Amino acid sequence: MALTTEPAREMQPAAYKIDVRDGLMRLDASGDWLARHLGALDSDLRAFEDDTVGRDVLIDVSAVGRLDTAGAMVLERILRSCSQRSDLSRIIGASPAHQQLLDNVRPHVAPCEVEPVPRNAFLSMVQRLGRGVVEGYYASIDVLNFIGLTLTTFARVIRNPQRLRVTSIIYHMEEAGIDAMPIVGLMSFLIGAVVAFMGAKILRLFNAEVFTVELVGISVLREFGVLLAAILVAGRSGSAFTAAIGTMKIREEIDALRALGLDPIEVLVLPRVIALIIFMPILAFMASILGVIGGGVVAATAMDISPAFFVGRLQETIALSNFWVGLIKAPFFAFVIAIIGCYQGMEVEGSSESLGQRTTLSVVQSLFVVIILDAFFAMFFLEIDF
Amino acid sequence: MAGDATFEKVIEVAGLRTQFGDNIIHENLDLAVRRNEILGVVGGSGSGKSVLMRAIIGLKRPSAGTVKIFGEDFYAKSTREQIETEQRWGVMFQGGALFSSLTVAQNVMAPIREHLKLPEELAADIAAMKISMSGLPPEASAKYPSELSGGMNKRAGLARALALDPEIVFLDEPTAGLDPIGAENFDRLIVNLKTSLGLTVFMVTHDLDTLHATCDRVAVLAEKRVIAIGTLDNVRRSSHPWIQEYFSGPRGRAALSAKGAYADPSAQEG
Repeated sequence: MALTTEPAREMQPAAYKIDVRDGLMRLDASGDWLARHLGALDSDLRAFEDDTVGRDVLIDVSAVGRLDTAGAMVLERILRSCSQRSDLSRIIGASPAHQQLLDNVRPHVAPCEVEPVPRNAFLSMVQRLGRGVVEGYYASIDVLNFIGLTLTTFARVIRNPQRLRVTSIIYHMEEAGIDAMPIVGLMSFLIGAVVAFMGAKILRLFNAEVFTVELVGISVLREFGVLLAAILVAGRSGSAFTAAIGTMKIREEIDALRALGLDPIEVLVLPRVIALIIFMPILAFMASILGVIGGGVVAATAMDISPAFFVGRLQETIALSNFWVGLIKAPFFAFVIAIIGCYQGMEVEGSSESLGQRTTLSVVQSLFVVIILDAFFAMFFLEIDF
Repeated sequence: MAGDATFEKVIEVAGLRTQFGDNIIHENLDLAVRRNEILGVVGGSGSGKSVLMRAIIGLKRPSAGTVKIFGEDFYAKSTREQIETEQRWGVMFQGGALFSSLTVAQNVMAPIREHLKLPEELAADIAAMKISMSGLPPEASAKYPSELSGGMNKRAGLARALALDPEIVFLDEPTAGLDPIGAENFDRLIVNLKTSLGLTVFMVTHDLDTLHATCDRVAVLAEKRVIAIGTLDNVRRSSHPWIQEYFSGPRGRAALSAKGAYADPSAQEG
């Protein structure tokens, strides 16, 4: 904004001249002192300000055309830097409008810190590490707490089954389960096909292409089916649980529930956990079957293994236990995913920034825990020879 | 309005229609804002006050009508010309809308950095001045928005709106959510800045006290258009039921009795 509003005049960049006479410094400013012109002058002016320390400066602005707050600020800044402000240091020749602007800007001329003072880098690194360890310790206790709370709530509710929120459970089964079926099915079909392809290529070297059936059967039934279902559900529904509960937390809906005498664990967490535990085995089952079908399709098209032969050999060589191993894991994965998703949602605080962080954390943690758990299961079943 | 021709109109909205899908918010809305006035826009919840502001600042394209800023149709401009116009106004959103990853000073410096090629030090000095003008203590400049109270966030939002020395400032509910003392300080600040910097202020508000204390003119939004505009006294005399209820209810009367505590005396024109 320029206070002089005469219409379209050719703009003239800000300029100045310095005169030293009888120990008095005189700065004659001219042109338009607008923010956009000041970049070119600023460093010279700062150097000049250093020269003026302890001396008197008279600034003549009678030749200044347009002036904005930045220009006024720079002019006032020159005066501020004179260590002794006597009457000789002042701005003369200002038009009434300019004078008003200068007067308004004067009380606000002071430098400021742009960023917080940086801490010692090493110290803050050690501090962050320490904080991470301590927070991790407390977070794991918190999760255990949360699991316990959910289980006791479940025990209480199951004794009084009409408290079970069936509508909510069914809703989450649809949301997290049925809606996930197409993507889970497609993914495991493709993985089954890829495994068959890779297997066939390597096994051909040994003239043992026929073992592709075992490869696909064991890997898909035992691991890939359930793991894929778990990974997709963690990404799709675990994050959705965190986001939904977290949003409710931010909007104080959780507090409202408590204030109304309702238990958020019972209302929000339990239906999600139960829905996922019920539906995850179904998803894992579907994923396993489609994975095997994917392998079978590749076997039939890319190799000379007919579907009938594929199925026959599958029945002959693959023990049913492989299938059960896959399915047994599903409810455990479901429990972990739902618990972590809900726990992270409850941990959301205040800002939507925290919501984003918690949602990311929820997915990362549940994937991590699912895979760790899967490794434990693998060792366990190996030990008991199942 | 009588005598409108004698004032320079910086914003002129004519025949505006805005809609979301089939839901029409404004229909045939006319509004003019004069240079160097504080215009308060009031209206019930859902009357489209904020949408009107968004239509004027280019965030919500109207489905009919024109929005003239400084005499030129904003939506007929090229993107480049629009950006030039945008530098001549500042907007303070309801919650401040500060960038949360930047400190207050960096927030204020952001438009300066983007639009003016200035040395960092000078940009910081300008930011410090605007922060101080907005009534924030100097310590606030190096803090992040999350470390500040709601009122301070609003002030910082105002400082950012003022960064480029705008001619028009848009304020969306500047005093909503502030305690009475904070709101009163903010009112005073707006009047001060208007007189000292020669600003034109377009203010959406619910706050009757703010309306009384700061606004030169008031526009009332109802029935999808501006049903009354003028000085507060003139608008209050309108017989429209909503206006009667708004200004003559207990809150309206209470605010009125404290009227004009620090309104700018030079701006009391009809």
